[in-house]
Amino acid sequence: MISQNWHLVLGALLFMIGVVGLMVRRNPLVMFMCVELMLNAVNVTLVAFGNELDDIGGQTAVFFVLVVAAAEVVVGLAIVVAVKRRLPDATADDVSVLRG
Amino acid sequence: MMFAQVPPTTDPPVPTEFSTPDVDAWLILPLLVLIGGAVLLLMVASLVKSLQDGRFAAYATTAIAASAAICVIPLWARLNADGASSTFNGAVGFDGFSLFITVMICISVALTALVAAQYLIDEGFGGVEFYVLMLLSAAGGVVMASANDLIVLFLGLEVLSIAVYVLVASQLRRFASTEAGLKYFLLGAFSSAFLLYGIALVYGATGSTNMSTIKDFLAGNLLTNNALLLAGFALMLVGLGFKVAAVPFHAWTPDVYEGAPSPVVGFMASVVKAAGFAALIRVFVVTFSTYASDWQPAIYALAVLSLLGGSIAAVVQTNVKRMLAYSSISHAGFILVGVQAATDDGVRAALFYVAAYSVMIVGTFGVVTVFGGEGDHAHSLDDYRGLGRRRPALAFALTILLLSQAGVPFTVGFFAKLEIITAAVGAGSQWLGVIAMLAAVIAAYLYLRIVVSLFMQDADEEAEPVRLRTPDTAVAAIAIAVAAVMFFGIVPGPLDDVARDAVPVLVTRG
Repeated sequence: MISQNWHLVLGALLFMIGVVGLMVRRNPLVMFMCVELMLNAVNVTLVAFGNELDDIGGQTAVFFVLVVAAAEVVVGLAIVVAVKRRLPDATADDVSVLRG
Repeated sequence: MMFAQVPPTTDPPVPTEFSTPDVDAWLILPLLVLIGGAVLLLMVASLVKSLQDGRFAAYATTAIAASAAICVIPLWARLNADGASSTFNGAVGFDGFSLFITVMICISVALTALVAAQYLIDEGFGGVEFYVLMLLSAAGGVVMASANDLIVLFLGLEVLSIAVYVLVASQLRRFASTEAGLKYFLLGAFSSAFLLYGIALVYGATGSTNMSTIKDFLAGNLLTNNALLLAGFALMLVGLGFKVAAVPFHAWTPDVYEGAPSPVVGFMASVVKAAGFAALIRVFVVTFSTYASDWQPAIYALAVLSLLGGSIAAVVQTNVKRMLAYSSISHAGFILVGVQAATDDGVRAALFYVAAYSVMIVGTFGVVTVFGGEGDHAHSLDDYRGLGRRRPALAFALTILLLSQAGVPFTVGFFAKLEIITAAVGAGSQWLGVIAMLAAVIAAYLYLRIVVSLFMQDADEEAEPVRLRTPDTAVAAIAIAVAAVMFFGIVPGPLDDVARDAVPVLVTRG
């Protein structure tokens, strides 16, 4: 029997992979995928807590998060495409018209 | 285990009937006006070709935002008569605080629409969609301000942010805008994920996402192991810190402010900040009030870093939009001082500051939009030289708005800073008050630098002067902002009274 805590650990690990990935990788598309990974890590956590607390709230929240993630994909991909059109081989370092 | 323990049930009860939440749609009337207006505007403009000209959309947006703000008046009367309540099964709150922020957001939208009207036509992008996105984003801000449930808060934040990502990147012809959009999107989504993880951990520790239930739980139970809860606090603070641009989560601000179209920056600086601080106050000051001693030091640190970091970094900039970006970080520090106090006075001061700052910054970016000239690029201090002679009225208006940001007496900025510092001293954080004053002095130098460029230095003789247009709608918006800054700078009483009545409360069920 896998204890509930392991689900939480899985969520935390996935979240950390997302955070580190976003900081380390330079491809805008991969960075974007890391954000999605972070959101899904939260989903795992929410479901695990919902199960633990015997409360349906955690699982319903997941649906909202999924919708938000989908909306983010729509906008995010559009922006990434706009950047890629201008600079086909862009990494986040090349995108530096602005200082900082 | 660190969870709120629920007795294990071997046989979970099967709900026999589905009960719909009780909904009082009147309480969210401003929100419905904003969303309905946005959808209607989009529909009408797509059906009637002659209305696709941007001016109609700008006036319609101003009208929609103004009517949403007017809807608040009967609601305010109802609030005074019946007291605060909540609807949607306790997920959406109705109190003075949410109404106050709603009005602030609507005013910012109306003014930004006026500023943007001619700008969008001249620059040749946007159109009706720009205004629709602005209205929807404002609706997200209103949801955030009235959220009584952490998930609703997250949804409001995302509605607000996703629309702003598009607005920032909307000027496709200028690559800086697209780049700013990419940066803002990646960091914004990153911070939203942090906020959401924080919400999940708080949910796990307290057993609910409803803020009033969480507040009652925290007040009534002593957690033996509160690591989960504190980690949740920290993650939520990171997420909201990004949105309000507090140091050390400010890295995106200068780039995005420089790259985004100028009217959008005014919108971001006012609406996104106002909504972010509304969320910060409602979550930390109100919901987590029992644990104030745990989160206050963190906000104290953010406030000090933002105040000093923002002011000092602003001084060395040469681009006016970047200067204003850093100064907005410093202003965020001021508001955080009010949040840190965690008292009614602190909340009132923070609300007053948010209101004053929203109007000042929309007006300031209105002038910046005009001074940016054709192509929205003339934003260096050198470009501003001699504008006092070429456009004396606008330069004078900018001077008043900047002096107000600096906190000079007889402008609303003075009272805003005064109240914040009074609240901080009243809550026993004298040193924070001293640091805030120091930051104000450093920032004053920065505003004076812009004013000196405007009036004391002549433009380069050889350089081709930037072509300027002074559209009447933008001038009207700037005039309103300046009038408000001057009026409340001399008679702050009315605004102060409203801010005093706008205390946030959490009500379990309507």
